[in-house]
Amino acid sequence: MLKVSDPVYEAMRQHGEETYPHECCGVMLGRSEDAVNAVTEVVRAGNTRTDSAHNRYHIAPQELIRIQRQGREKGLDIVGFYHSHPDHPAQWSPTDFAEAHWLGCSYVITAVEKGAARQTNSFRLTGHTEETKKFEPEPISVTGQNTPGLGPE
Amino acid sequence: MKIFIPTPLRVYTEKQDAVEVAGTTVAEALSALTMKYPDFQKHLYTGEGKLRSFVNVYLNDEDVRYLPEGDKTPVKDQDTLSIIPSIAGGCCRTGDRAFGACCCCRD
Ligand SMILES: [Zn+2]
Repeated sequence: MLKVSDPVYEAMRQHGEETYPHECCGVMLGRSEDAVNAVTEVVRAGNTRTDSAHNRYHIAPQELIRIQRQGREKGLDIVGFYHSHPDHPAQWSPTDFAEAHWLGCSYVITAVEKGAARQTNSFRLTGHTEETKKFEPEPISVTGQNTPGLGPE
Repeated sequence: MKIFIPTPLRVYTEKQDAVEVAGTTVAEALSALTMKYPDFQKHLYTGEGKLRSFVNVYLNDEDVRYLPEGDKTPVKDQDTLSIIPSIAGGCCRTGDRAFGACCCCRD
């Protein structure tokens, strides 16, 4: 399960609206315990794929290292990543799967239709090796600041 | 020197996010890591012993692949190595196919 507070959830969706018609991407920091990836904050990343930003995303390793270091200083780990699918469904693509290597992490995809965020889905990259990995849909629990445990859907 | 471990590989380091190893070059430090935690081997290297294409190793802020001496680059105690799997993905081009027949538009 992916646990995320309402403002953080909305921040990811809004990022996709802002970069439309290009894909946005970012890193989720938080804590990972057993079956739950709890997101505390998200960090926007610059999409380095300027050649085909509308249908590709890529986060530079230097940027990831910097984000990992920032998280570490706050006691937070990288627990996942998010990106948007402009005018495409919130389903992982073969490219998303082939280029997913952070086992145990959550990959959040938001469909952005004509500039407006629609469905948001999360997929956990499970398995123990590159050869046995797979994406499994996971529920997203969005918690309001005053109503912990209550999701919108 | 210190090697920073990304979240997915911490299952092999008893959950530690950084591991202290000894070595005078990048290669020595990495091999000290795989000696200490043998499970790392298959995650970092292919069967032929080459660094997997999606695994990036950074010496401080430099990609080891692009250092003139590569993994033979000498390291000092205060240097850090970061192992960082790549992050990328994407959808197919909207214009490439009819919307309904796109690779990620599954039913
Ligand atoms: Zn995608």
